[in-house]
Amino acid sequence: MVKKNIGTVTYPLTNGMRAEPLVIINGRVIDPEQGIDGTRAVVLDGGAVRAVAENVPPEYSGAGVIDAAGCWVVPGLVDMHVHLREPGREDKETIATGTQAAAAGGFTAVACMPNTAPVLDEDSKIRYVIQRGEDCPCRIYPIGAITKGLEGEELAPMGEMVDTGAVAVSDDGKPVSNSSVMRNAFNYSKSFNIPVICHSEESTLSAKGHMNEGLVSTRLGIRGIPVVAETIAVSRDILLAEYTRARIHIAHVSTAGSVRLVREAKARGVNVTAETCAHYITLTDEDIGMYDTNKKMNPPLRTAVDREAILAGLADGTIDVIASDHAPHTPEEKDVEFDNAAFGVIGLETSLAIALTMLVNKGILTPAQMVDRMSAAPNRILGLAGGTLKAGSPADVTVIDPSVKWTVDPSLFFSKSRNSPFIGMELTGAAAYTILGGRVVYRRG
Amino acid sequence: MGLQIQHLLGLENVSREDIKAILDTADGFYGVLQRDIKVVPTLRGQTVVNLFYENSTRTRISFELAEKRLSANPLNFTASTSSINKGEGLRDTIRNIEAMKIDMVVVRHSCAGAPYFLTQCTDAVIVNAGDGLHEHPTQALLDMMTIRQKLGRLEGLKVAIIGDIFHSRVARSNAWGMKTMGMNVVLCGPPTLLPQHTDSLGVPVTDNIDEALDGADVVMLLRVQLERQSSAVFPSVHEYRDRYGFDLDRLSKMKKDVVVMHPGPINRGVELSSNVADSENSVILDQVTNGVAVRMAVLYLLGGGENG
Amino acid sequence: MDAHALDLALTRIAHQILERHGDLSAVCIVGMQTRGVYLAQRITAKINAMEGVSLKTGILDTTLYRDDYRLAFRQPEVRVTDIPFDINEKNVVLVDDVLFTGRTVRAALDAIMDHGRPRTIQLAALVDRGHRELPIRGDYVGKKITTSPKQEVALRISELDGEDSLWLTELEGEE
Repeated sequence: MVKKNIGTVTYPLTNGMRAEPLVIINGRVIDPEQGIDGTRAVVLDGGAVRAVAENVPPEYSGAGVIDAAGCWVVPGLVDMHVHLREPGREDKETIATGTQAAAAGGFTAVACMPNTAPVLDEDSKIRYVIQRGEDCPCRIYPIGAITKGLEGEELAPMGEMVDTGAVAVSDDGKPVSNSSVMRNAFNYSKSFNIPVICHSEESTLSAKGHMNEGLVSTRLGIRGIPVVAETIAVSRDILLAEYTRARIHIAHVSTAGSVRLVREAKARGVNVTAETCAHYITLTDEDIGMYDTNKKMNPPLRTAVDREAILAGLADGTIDVIASDHAPHTPEEKDVEFDNAAFGVIGLETSLAIALTMLVNKGILTPAQMVDRMSAAPNRILGLAGGTLKAGSPADVTVIDPSVKWTVDPSLFFSKSRNSPFIGMELTGAAAYTILGGRVVYRRG
Repeated sequence: MGLQIQHLLGLENVSREDIKAILDTADGFYGVLQRDIKVVPTLRGQTVVNLFYENSTRTRISFELAEKRLSANPLNFTASTSSINKGEGLRDTIRNIEAMKIDMVVVRHSCAGAPYFLTQCTDAVIVNAGDGLHEHPTQALLDMMTIRQKLGRLEGLKVAIIGDIFHSRVARSNAWGMKTMGMNVVLCGPPTLLPQHTDSLGVPVTDNIDEALDGADVVMLLRVQLERQSSAVFPSVHEYRDRYGFDLDRLSKMKKDVVVMHPGPINRGVELSSNVADSENSVILDQVTNGVAVRMAVLYLLGGGENG
Repeated sequence: MDAHALDLALTRIAHQILERHGDLSAVCIVGMQTRGVYLAQRITAKINAMEGVSLKTGILDTTLYRDDYRLAFRQPEVRVTDIPFDINEKNVVLVDDVLFTGRTVRAALDAIMDHGRPRTIQLAALVDRGHRELPIRGDYVGKKITTSPKQEVALRISELDGEDSLWLTELEGEE
């Protein structure tokens, strides 16, 4: 057990510990895949969902009970874009602490990016991450590298990695600059029916930049990363995927132009999905204020126009997924001059509350749409079994208290790192229980 | 009297009253610099650290002279003589220096915002001597002092600042400071040397030099880094000189008493022709003299008291 | 003290300066910022009228020579210093409005020394209110008055304040 002020995470999970039958009653069950939104009882047994019913079936009258009155009961949330830093930078985060943060944030699964040291670019490294995750309170789905060592030159062995458990490929953190290599990656990925997750960035335009190129960067005297550095690359990647008829998933969409490109591509029938992150929904470059390095990430915070376009894209389904791009860094890498600070922010323990506060409570997404963007859609894209409470699905459930108010204080986080862009923000809503395979792995309070 | 600001990080948010107070005080120090004995005992016992992470002999010498003429003790930390090269972070460096009991820090750094960062690490008064592409406030103050000395006022004057605006912290500080003082600033350079987004500078920006020079009371030329030619920013020195260089021909079309300025060091024959640099209209050496007076004024006005 | 009394006091000081200095060409009258400047100008004008000479008045600002720089959070304004004559080997008469602790005069002595090496320096003050903290005395004093340290002596002069008068006020009970 790992106990903090905000709640308790079960860690490590002991192997062979059988999940006792559990019923969740009085909650508002929201499962967009089944079209359910109403008060139901959810019955979990043997690691799977047994039933979603008006009443608890009599054979479960003696089972353990969670009274979810006032709460939402939704399929376990999935964050398909996190950096767990293990192996290599265990000083920032480990698979253990990252998954604890995930459980506390309401996530029952995360997909972790391969830019570790060493890079996850072959089956043995994928296997290492999966094994390290076995006793963790959240499922881990590794994403393999597109190219060996993220060098952008030679393809990594996609087949071996997928056979070992990789669910997608990405060179996230770096673009694959060579269009021919990228074309080959798209083509090759088709054999495995996995998405190629694109970190779309034209490096010759973004080089030396540390924040969005705009009025604020001019004022602060910081070299900028123009929106076209992203949109040119998104455009190239979509065109290559369209030409090769491969699956493409655009990571961390930050610009209005990218939203438009994805929308147009979807209308043409391109097999494209896209994600944005909690911080692009919430913040703009103005929030950097006096060189706040906790607001520095790549792609950078953009302008209000971009933020509005992203909100519209989430609402109309152009953007399929909300992820965190959880990127832990040590204070030594953040408590420095802005130009010298590392790119990246943490988000596992704030994403759900951001989605509730900034999207649901502001009427941009319905609760069912939010559940889709944070559970059903990432499961679909990565080909996972979760994302719904259909009978027989994994017993991964998040019980959300949509009304609890709290203030972001990273010193209370389960994550090892503190580089949150939301420090001090008042948010509404949090995971009350996170249930993994039928067992409660996080309980708030 | 006294200033509203506690540190001089830039001119963007400095009030008209504060700028006027600094310039008025600098006029007083200008008088001191004309005497045989050019030292006053005002900052006796105060230690001022010159923390220079970027090579700039001119600015450092100007500050050091200002400090010495106020009877302060200057302490020079430059990139080549300190632990800066040994990978020590800025926070540790300043905390170490502070532990030696210092009063003020003059900082020059290649990262924008480094002076503000220092205010978060130390209680000492911070004076920005140039940070990245951000600001160089004492340069703008000495420019305004020089203009006021020559033309008797600031309000209503038109100033054309010509050259590499994008990379110029001098242009930014002058744009904000001069606008605050009621001057009409125009920034001008080839489009590749202008910021892409300029509205936040608060002054007009143009690539048309004739428009910029039209009716100007002051022309300020900025140094063009010749090595930028290799990064495809402009095609040749020759073409730059033809299109944006300020020479006798352009000078002849200006007001008779137009003030020609340059923050130095000059690329003679590129942004400014030699005969204009040495003409009666040029105040380039006055700028250097006034730089010491302005820096004395800034150190004097910000130093002293223990707390607010 | 009203305008008439003030004028009489300045006239008396002018006479005393004349009595003490035979060679007016070696006399330099220097007013201390701010009100001392105007008093010095009036004294100079009286001497010029009485003797048919054209002495100039110097202006001295002592701000940069204060001894309380570290104590002050807001620094006082640096004002003009303008000494339009050579003071080397001259007899300088410093003019101040109110002689109190003597600290301003100490600063003025240092300041004037940085402009040259006078043969003598004398001090003229319109009012001496006592409470000296340094071994300094006035050579020409218009009026001695007895005050408590909690009182404030304020001179108003027509050039700045629209009238000539001297005010003695009790400071409020603040420390």
